[in-house]
Amino acid sequence: MSFEPLKPVARGARVFLGAAFFVLLLVLWAALTFGGVIPDLFLKDPVYTLVTGYHLFADFGFARDVGITVWRVVGGFIVAAAIGVPLGIAMGAWKPVEAFFEPFVSFARYLPASAFIPLLILWAGVGETQKLAVIFIGSVFQIILMVAVIVGSTRRDLIEAAYTLGIESAGIVRRVMLPGAAPQIAETLRLVLGWAWTYVIVAELVGADSGIGHMIMDSQRLLDTGQMIFGIFCIGVIGLVSDTAFKWVNQRLYPWAF
Amino acid sequence: MGFLRIEAVSRTFPGVRGGAPTPALERTDLVVEDNDFIAILGPSGCGKSTLLRIVAGLDAPTTGRVLLDGQPVAGPGPDRGMVFQSYTLFPWLTVRENILFGPRAAPEAADALIARVGLRGFEHHYPKMLSGGMQQRTALARALANGPKILLLDEPFGALDNQTRSLMQELLLGIWEADRKTVLFVTHDIDEAIFMANRVAVVSARPGHIKHELKVALPHPRHYTMKTTPEFSRAKAELTEHIRAEAIKTAQMEL
Repeated sequence: MSFEPLKPVARGARVFLGAAFFVLLLVLWAALTFGGVIPDLFLKDPVYTLVTGYHLFADFGFARDVGITVWRVVGGFIVAAAIGVPLGIAMGAWKPVEAFFEPFVSFARYLPASAFIPLLILWAGVGETQKLAVIFIGSVFQIILMVAVIVGSTRRDLIEAAYTLGIESAGIVRRVMLPGAAPQIAETLRLVLGWAWTYVIVAELVGADSGIGHMIMDSQRLLDTGQMIFGIFCIGVIGLVSDTAFKWVNQRLYPWAF
Repeated sequence: MGFLRIEAVSRTFPGVRGGAPTPALERTDLVVEDNDFIAILGPSGCGKSTLLRIVAGLDAPTTGRVLLDGQPVAGPGPDRGMVFQSYTLFPWLTVRENILFGPRAAPEAADALIARVGLRGFEHHYPKMLSGGMQQRTALARALANGPKILLLDEPFGALDNQTRSLMQELLLGIWEADRKTVLFVTHDIDEAIFMANRVAVVSARPGHIKHELKVALPHPRHYTMKTTPEFSRAKAELTEHIRAEAIKTAQMEL
């Protein structure tokens, strides 16, 4: 293995290094808990946590919580993408549209989604609409702005080349800006999906009776750090799986860009 | 008459942040006959690319107008095919899809052009898998496939290494000798201008204007060995004098 800057690492070594971190983390965790360095009240040992996780799934129907949380993230995210991507494209392509929306979107982007939770509970109750709305607010403005920047930075010379081939202005958006921006838009969605996961847990900590966040909140009342850690661990695993899947799909869809 | 007429065209770029406006091109007149091959030769930054962009319709002249086949140029259009110095293939399309991008490009013509520019076997490659020379050959085929009346070339081989550039010159010349498609070719390379063109228009230092024209008396078909003939050397000596004077002016402006 060499430490020359930017020198690629072999595929096998890459997998090994990535896995090694998890193993080291587990070893450290085991050493701290079994060795008694951290009292069991604050951090349960790995074996206990795993057994707790098994019981969560086997006896407490945790799979349903996981399913509901995934549904909320994906649902809110899809609505945000369905509105954010077309609007972002319009803003990137047509400057008057950008001039109209950009100041508001830049303002709204800084409003923390979690700050809306009390208001949303007032408006939409504690049901699913409120949970989806939190994800939506947290994602949509980010998507709009990032897509607008991507589409707006389409290479000038490609647009000019298309013009000299006789493409008219509507065709420029459809045949040059969209296909050129598509892989980066897909990467943006992958990134924002990751952020959406942080909002869903916050939404579930308040006024929820199901979901991973709700389970973590319940466990806190019982001082069950094992369950809490297992819940957090589950979120990480789902995130890793969805991220990998997203990456895989992007690379298949846009072979020219990777 | 003239197939392409550039009439009293000038271009001044507005000043940035209240600065003085920059005159890029002074009043320029140029007439290009049908089936002719004209090179516009000048030092870098002389406004020769601006002139070509105005003909392409990508930039508007401050004064004057451009007529193609009697029609005034109002914007870019498929009647004027262009090859740029930068690599402008669409990265999401394969070589063949790039060549078929223009609305007038037909599959049979595209396949014939692929063979013509020596890209058989690379039809389904993406641009990032091609060398610079292959990308510019594809760009040339893409412009030709769309059936333009005139071909505008903006230093298309400028980013290529010397050997590749020579081969590309011969390829383009071969295509021109077969079709006699009207060509307006911008370059700063004296040898390239003489070897390719029937007429060389020398553009002065900025603000540019055409200060000298030279008819190249070399017969067609041209072979690369012609670059060592006395005729070629004479033309080169003449153009070198003009270009050198302009390059010195440019250098002094920058000092």
